[in-house]
Amino acid sequence: MSDATLSFEEAMEKYDPVLGFEVHVELNTKTKMFSSAPNVFGDEPNTNVNEVDLGMPGVLPVVNKTAVESSIKIGLALNCKIAESCRFARKNYFYPDTPKNFQTSQYDEPIAYDGYLDIELEDGTVFRVEIERAHMEEDAGKLTHLGGSAGRIQGAEYSLVDYNRAGVPLVEIVTKPIEGAGSRAPELAKAYVAAVREIVKNLGVSDAKMERGNVRCDANVSLRPHGRERFGIRSETKNVNSLRAVEHAVRYEIQRHAAVLDSGEPVIQETRHWHEDTRTTTSGRAKSDADDYRYFPEPDLVPVVPSREWVEEIRATLPEPPAERRKRLKQDWGYSDLEFRDVVNAGVLDEIEETIIAGATASVARKWWMGEIVGRAKNADVDPGQLGVTPATIVELSKMVEAGKINNKMASAVLDGVLAGEGTPAEVVEKRGLAVVSDDGPLLEAIDAALAAQPDVAEKIRGGKVQAIGAIVGGVMKATRGQADAGRVRELILEKLGVTA
Amino acid sequence: MTETNSTELIRLSAAQLAAKLAAREVTAVEVTQAHLDRIAAVDGGERGVNAFLHVNTEEALAVAAEVDAIRAAGGQAAEELHELAGVPIAVKDLIVTIGQPTTAGSKILEGWHSPYDATVVKKLRAAKMPILGKTNLDEFAMGSSTEHSAFGPTRNPWDLDRIPGGSGGGSAAAVAAFEAPLALGTDTGGSIRQPGAVTGTVGVKPTYGGVSRYGAIAMASSLDQIGPVSRTVLDSALLQQVIGGHDPHDSTSLPDPLGDLVAAARLGNVDGMKIGIIKELHGEGYQAGVENRFNESLELLKEAGAEIVEVSCPNFQYALGAYYLIMPSEASSNLAKFDGVRYGLRVLPEEPPLTIERVMGATRAAGFGDEVKRRIILGTYALSAGYYDAYYGSAQKVRTLIQRDFEAAFAKADVLISPTAPTTAFKLGEKLDDPLAMYLNDVATIPANMAGVPGLSLPGGLADEDGLPVGIQLLAPAREDARLYRVGAVLESLLEAKWGGPLLAKAPELAASTAASSHGGSH
Repeated sequence: MSDATLSFEEAMEKYDPVLGFEVHVELNTKTKMFSSAPNVFGDEPNTNVNEVDLGMPGVLPVVNKTAVESSIKIGLALNCKIAESCRFARKNYFYPDTPKNFQTSQYDEPIAYDGYLDIELEDGTVFRVEIERAHMEEDAGKLTHLGGSAGRIQGAEYSLVDYNRAGVPLVEIVTKPIEGAGSRAPELAKAYVAAVREIVKNLGVSDAKMERGNVRCDANVSLRPHGRERFGIRSETKNVNSLRAVEHAVRYEIQRHAAVLDSGEPVIQETRHWHEDTRTTTSGRAKSDADDYRYFPEPDLVPVVPSREWVEEIRATLPEPPAERRKRLKQDWGYSDLEFRDVVNAGVLDEIEETIIAGATASVARKWWMGEIVGRAKNADVDPGQLGVTPATIVELSKMVEAGKINNKMASAVLDGVLAGEGTPAEVVEKRGLAVVSDDGPLLEAIDAALAAQPDVAEKIRGGKVQAIGAIVGGVMKATRGQADAGRVRELILEKLGVTA
Repeated sequence: MTETNSTELIRLSAAQLAAKLAAREVTAVEVTQAHLDRIAAVDGGERGVNAFLHVNTEEALAVAAEVDAIRAAGGQAAEELHELAGVPIAVKDLIVTIGQPTTAGSKILEGWHSPYDATVVKKLRAAKMPILGKTNLDEFAMGSSTEHSAFGPTRNPWDLDRIPGGSGGGSAAAVAAFEAPLALGTDTGGSIRQPGAVTGTVGVKPTYGGVSRYGAIAMASSLDQIGPVSRTVLDSALLQQVIGGHDPHDSTSLPDPLGDLVAAARLGNVDGMKIGIIKELHGEGYQAGVENRFNESLELLKEAGAEIVEVSCPNFQYALGAYYLIMPSEASSNLAKFDGVRYGLRVLPEEPPLTIERVMGATRAAGFGDEVKRRIILGTYALSAGYYDAYYGSAQKVRTLIQRDFEAAFAKADVLISPTAPTTAFKLGEKLDDPLAMYLNDVATIPANMAGVPGLSLPGGLADEDGLPVGIQLLAPAREDARLYRVGAVLESLLEAKWGGPLLAKAPELAASTAASSHGGSH
């Protein structure tokens, strides 16, 4: 049973979307938010826990100072004010993923508030997203529902709980309502979450891997007829955990809301579950403002009081913001808008920078990463940076090409050899017996043979259709098993035929 | 090596035992065994005191033997032994211990063993004090009579038909019945001091943060405090010195130590000190015998050179009401973890479906007693959206006003004084069906918890009308616990001179219980 939707275009004709995001960032501190248990992903269930994480009788929380520092870094990077004093609160609800049956969070006193983030859309438009707050809290454990239906608690025969994640430090970043994005709402959604992810990664405070849940997004969407000021009723799509999914989920919810509104029905305020396979959402639990978590100040913790000196110390150590860094690199490298955007989208900015530092020119670095490595990474289904190509390898390869020792095609083969573990580029060249045939004698023989094999083409070239030369060059390269310098071959053909290019 | 028999040993104070142990006049094993024998004689059976929920015989004797071995071997290790090494102690069963069950007086934790030690227990172990066992209490420390224990009430050694106070009736009764020279209690609204008052013992609620709460099962985090129970003021000072100090596991524990409390107790001097009578905490509502003993103490202090002044704390009249909003609010959240999922009792609903909500519900319905449920319901309500400001919010404002009352009072007086409880020990069952009457027992002790200031209760004599102990409460500004010991020691010696010895010497002899003790194993 799927919900009715309107086409996106039709929805946009009638309605104006308003967005809001809650992004949870898991911090990569050594220990948990309130205990000394290790904060490590992927270990055996229930091994990274102590009595505090398990909510044993008598335990008390202690705030992790590094987590506070990381939260301040995030707040500053989001242009927020940092609270002079703030408290934790208890959010009370019974659920077995929360060992104490309350979550220790910040409620009305977030550590960071009133910020903004300028988001650059694909065409270069800058859209300012206002940040309401960034607050500290602890993650819950992880439930796995087994037996019965599709991993949901409803109908499950039993559930397993892993408290390794319980108490992992989180920073929740909440936007103010985002108005005026119009049809670019889905794009903005993706760009916003991407920007937050990039910022926390750049700050070094989170591993920022969405596939591991280090960055998780809840997307709020509501529609209102054009011209109306009052917001419509919103839905909150939970745990949208990839950038693409954020874009799709917002687009889908806009289309779904539009259909509901068109039918004259009210939109239900509820949480929605995102399904990557069908790219749709389904109804979760009805959520109303009457949900009562009985918040009250956490009496086991004293207020967090970051001194202004400490905040300024932290500010002074912040790395260059990603957007400013990009602006600087684009200028330094002299890439066109399109070239630079492709590099950014391919996720090889850091790699190109390292390659340039290692001694390659900006254009050579781009050519290698975009032309050779990104494609291979895609085939191998890994990030380009994880393929195993070092900047030194690229510098060595490009120097060989420049020196005419190998041609581009051979260089590509050498790279394959390096990736196959055959050694350094020089060793691969040696082992595979690859070297450019630079003696003109064998080349001239091959050229003669190629011209003789395709007399009509030779005739065309003589007649001035120089672009036809490719076929002859191809023949020569084939005959020399690719070991010829294609540029030299071309020169020799033209010479032979008495044509000036 | 000893001429002292075990009957005499159990009547010695901790300081006296420590001196005898240091002089090697007795062994720690003899001292520990004497107390274990006493427990076996008077604690169990139909008419037993029932102060202990668990007796830790083997471990206590092993620790005692270790102390004896170290002393016997001499050398540096012997010199480095703590002053109280070998002096046994009882621990309220709200405080977690490895190797013994911890029940909090509740069915919901029956059979549960903590995987970790409370910080105070670690400190007892470091001082090599043998732990005799775990003492009875009102379930989760909720009560003023120990009648709310899921394991039966503790009896008052002065009259076995009367309550020993609560929630720490077990610790107070154990010390009053000479089953232990020392005990640990916890005090959220008077749970150390009020039992002290009605059993003729000394009990101290230290400054909030003075002793780590790590490992004390929380009732109301902002009010709870662990403290000493003893028969003399000096003994409480000795014990607080052992258990106090900053704990990195407790964010609310004070960063700096509270000074030399033992020296303050030994100094005992009130000359020129101003002692303030709190106008609102005596007179109407207080038993005549209580009032008489209170006035007598004032006279003695005046004779010793103190200046008695009167102070007014007008907001104390709202303390009880505010306390019964803040305490249950925090308790409702603190007790949420007892749900049958991770430890303790798990009860499955009788009818399907078997959902997690229903298992939690059935467990809590079966595992908690009425008083606990009453407070959880009250606290849940007080924190609910729409009521929060009116209840929890207003109560916090009252709390601030009480703190201001204390500030104003301490501007006029160095130490404040009042009766600890409005009455002497009442009969078992007398107030069980009247929660409000029960709550009124703590009217004089609650303000100290609300403000985080320290309070000490010491025996002030026997009430004329019923011959039962009356408690005198001293209160000092936060972090000035030393003042309590200084004034308390003086008053104690003046009173003892008046009675011709310790008050507990006047308590009736307890008959050795005829029924076999059920102690020794887990409950």
